[in-house]
Amino acid sequence: MRETLDQWAFVWAAYAIGIVGTLAMVAWAWWSMRRAEARREKSRER
Amino acid sequence: MHGFANPARFLRIARWLTPLCLAVGLVLTAAALTYGLFFAPADRLMGDTVRILFIHVPSAWLGMAGWTTIAGASLVELVWRHPLAGIAARAAAAPGAVFTALCLATGSIWGRPTWGTWWVWDGRLTSMLVLLFLYFGYIALADATRGEGGSSGRVAAIFGIVGAVNVPIINRSVVWWNSLHQPPSITMGQSAIDPAFLWPLLIATFGFTLIFAGVILARMRAILADIQAEARLRRKAMAQG
Repeated sequence: MRETLDQWAFVWAAYAIGIVGTLAMVAWAWWSMRRAEARREKSRER
Repeated sequence: MHGFANPARFLRIARWLTPLCLAVGLVLTAAALTYGLFFAPADRLMGDTVRILFIHVPSAWLGMAGWTTIAGASLVELVWRHPLAGIAARAAAAPGAVFTALCLATGSIWGRPTWGTWWVWDGRLTSMLVLLFLYFGYIALADATRGEGGSSGRVAAIFGIVGAVNVPIINRSVVWWNSLHQPPSITMGQSAIDPAFLWPLLIATFGFTLIFAGVILARMRAILADIQAEARLRRKAMAQG
């Protein structure tokens, strides 16, 4: 018996993982940069 | 190049370059992925799964580009002792590992309907998995041996250069060994890909590369800010005590 697969399910899964992974990395890099720069400014004031 | 090794000059440039790289990269990538998902034609052999190309290929390229960046920056750190080179190497590790993991995940998803299996232990897939483990090792080592001024330290720099031996192995693996993975479709000056796929693929690759560059710049700024804050607090503590 030949297995039939829904190709679009694989396409959606790959795009979801790729997009979520990339956006999560950008958000993490951006917010960790903003946090570190705010900490530096705070250390200037102390 | 020596001029950009000055942290103050680097920060002046990175302040406007970071959001620019991220914004243009996200717009280009979104446009290319929208085309890939909704407008690209289905392939004669692979059907609709060919659309995974627009995520998988840029991820693979950036996984390898990430380690090439680590190796190049580590070499500059060891030879010329540029203060920013070690920081650049450390900053490239996390995004490189993320794109390598995305390459492996999307490749596995693509493999199931195309090859009938999620995974095979062939040259290309195995050397890419080795690259992911090398990234984990580098991140742990660079963190544990962090040098004065936030650089990755000598041991991590040597590891970064030695680990680069895996990059040409990944690139040539489909030529050297029998593999389920297809041989290279794009070589220097030649392409076996139809223009309907090639141009959006190049735009997606450029967009992802800009995102990668923006993330490296953001990581470098974060590491530099941490170093400056730590140094300032240490100076104040010494002055008080």
